[in-house]
Amino acid sequence: MTALQIIFILVAAATLGAGLMVVTSRNLIHSALWLVVALFGVAVFYVLLQAGFLAVAQVVVYIGAIAILIIFAIMLTRRIMDEDSPTFNANWGWAVFVALIIFGALTWVLTSWPGISQPMAELSERSDPLRQLGAALVSPSLYVLPFELASVLLLAALVGAIFISWERK
Amino acid sequence: MVSNEWLFVGVFLLLAPVFPAAALLIPRLIAPRKPNPIKMQTYECGVETVGDTYIQFRVQYYIFALVFLIFDIELVFLFPWAVAFDVLPLFGVLVGVLFILILVAGLVYIWRKGALQWM
Amino acid sequence: MLDPINAIANWLQNLLSSWGLESGLVNFIMILIGVLVVAMTVLVLDILLVWVERKMVARFQDRLGPNRLGPFGLIQPIADVIKLLIKEDITPEGADKVLFNIAPVMALATVLIIWAVIPFAPTMLGASLNVGVLYIVAAGALGTLGILMAGWAAHNKYALVGAFRMVALVVSYEVPMVTALLVPVILARSMGLHDIVEAQAQGGWFILFSPVTALIFFVCTIAELGRAPFDLAEAESEIVAGYHIEYSGMKFGMFYAGELLHALTMGALIASLFLGGWHGPFVQQVPILGVVYLFIKAFFVYWMYTWVRYTVPRIRIDHMMSLNWKFFTPLALVMVIVTAILDKLMTGLPGWIYGLGMFSANVLVAVITINLLRTYSQKERQRVAEPRPVAQADLAKAPGSGD
Repeated sequence: MTALQIIFILVAAATLGAGLMVVTSRNLIHSALWLVVALFGVAVFYVLLQAGFLAVAQVVVYIGAIAILIIFAIMLTRRIMDEDSPTFNANWGWAVFVALIIFGALTWVLTSWPGISQPMAELSERSDPLRQLGAALVSPSLYVLPFELASVLLLAALVGAIFISWERK
Repeated sequence: MVSNEWLFVGVFLLLAPVFPAAALLIPRLIAPRKPNPIKMQTYECGVETVGDTYIQFRVQYYIFALVFLIFDIELVFLFPWAVAFDVLPLFGVLVGVLFILILVAGLVYIWRKGALQWM
Repeated sequence: MLDPINAIANWLQNLLSSWGLESGLVNFIMILIGVLVVAMTVLVLDILLVWVERKMVARFQDRLGPNRLGPFGLIQPIADVIKLLIKEDITPEGADKVLFNIAPVMALATVLIIWAVIPFAPTMLGASLNVGVLYIVAAGALGTLGILMAGWAAHNKYALVGAFRMVALVVSYEVPMVTALLVPVILARSMGLHDIVEAQAQGGWFILFSPVTALIFFVCTIAELGRAPFDLAEAESEIVAGYHIEYSGMKFGMFYAGELLHALTMGALIASLFLGGWHGPFVQQVPILGVVYLFIKAFFVYWMYTWVRYTVPRIRIDHMMSLNWKFFTPLALVMVIVTAILDKLMTGLPGWIYGLGMFSANVLVAVITINLLRTYSQKERQRVAEPRPVAQADLAKAPGSGD
């Protein structure tokens, strides 16, 4: 086993464990913080895949913004510290079943994909994937339309969220 | 394989909490430890605390976090664009500017709506 | 022998290899030593910062500051540390014990990790990460989480309110801050701090190309630090000490050290982004001078922070939010647009024309902004000066007013 594999297994176990804690923790804030641990584990995976930009973007967007948003949302609810409320509802059996099916389907798809057994390709020193990404985002023959659409989509999300939550005057 | 730079950062991330944690362990050994119920009470300007600590916060905090989230995602998109300036044609730059202007339209909307006013 | 650190590193590497260790292991040991050297240097500086801060505050307030222990009171921080170490550590009842202990560690560690990517000298250890700028934003995001944890774990109303105010503030000011970060990235064509400093060493410091952006970034970092005038999270008159109200002894010390180190870190960051980082005379011949230059610049910015902190009174929270969303955010976006378009139009022109064009564009933006601000503030003054209906109604119905 290489060092990379050992790191991967440790981080994967930590991420899965944190994910399990998210759904089983009785305290909502603890759930949110365990979610942060899981999201950080995903960022480490990106680093292991040599995708440094995705890793920092993961931390900036998911931990820096979405986790904060979730914690603020928790503080908006009443009876935050209500420890008596049940963690599971009647559908937990079905949820486990669906989760297992999705896991099985993903495993099947990935094992039948030929790329899974190939060793990771080394990035050449000369190429700068970040610069290529930036150029591709605004190149007319590639992703300029999705790029602008992303902006419009975010605008729609912003307007919609404010429209719903801001009901004054 | 992970590059040396990220290895450095990884080791740094693992070691950084060790120093403050060690500093917190020393008082455990040498500092006095005499807890009593009055000392352990929650501080509230000299009066006993009343009611639930975990109060319900206003929606304002949530709205600001939401606006921040949208802006954050947009800015993350813009960083690769800024890095690629050497190879971008003028069209590419203008497309990026359009991206920012759409963002500004959202800002103008919430500004007009009054949601940016902290109440 | 003009580059002692690299000479030592090479010697050590050869020594380890000659012992017959694997090259991968040697590499790892070298990285470990590098991390320890950087972290220890920064932490020792952090202890010294207590003295620097107290001495500077004293000077701004026309006092002497610590002057009893050792020459110029230099031993004072060590006395402070010993005092903090032997203080009783109180965990209030109802506190979330695990989070209560993790939060102070997070407070210092999240600041410390920023130093992993700061370039100390042209040829110096450290990580020249190609996403350095975003890495710093990510470290800041983790720091925000530490504040939330501290405020939530203490089971105290003031702490919770303080933490939420602080997070709302930090999160808001992060928008113009990250936007302002785009400008040095455009000018240097790289997100790596090492490349940004290199570009400044060749083409001139970025504060000359974009003084307005530098100012935006400076003010936003003050808010990010939570220092006065943006120290709403620890407004003594309202919520006492904010999110670290229940912390005592060394745990409080961690927050204090984290705050001071954060200020110096932001100083080093501004130095690297806008003031040329390690760049200075003779730095190419004697790389070790770069460290000196970097810290001189970082301490200069630190001094500016202190100057602002002890000169300007605290801002009201609604003003603070308006300042951010209605002034700094649009201004930062305008700066990005102006820089982007001008940069593309002026590529290929000689360096001094490029610099002059950028600078005059900044001056133009600044003049327009100041004029807009003047009109706005006149309107605002009139609005506030008008008698408000609520106050009048209260006056008329005040108890004991006649009938």
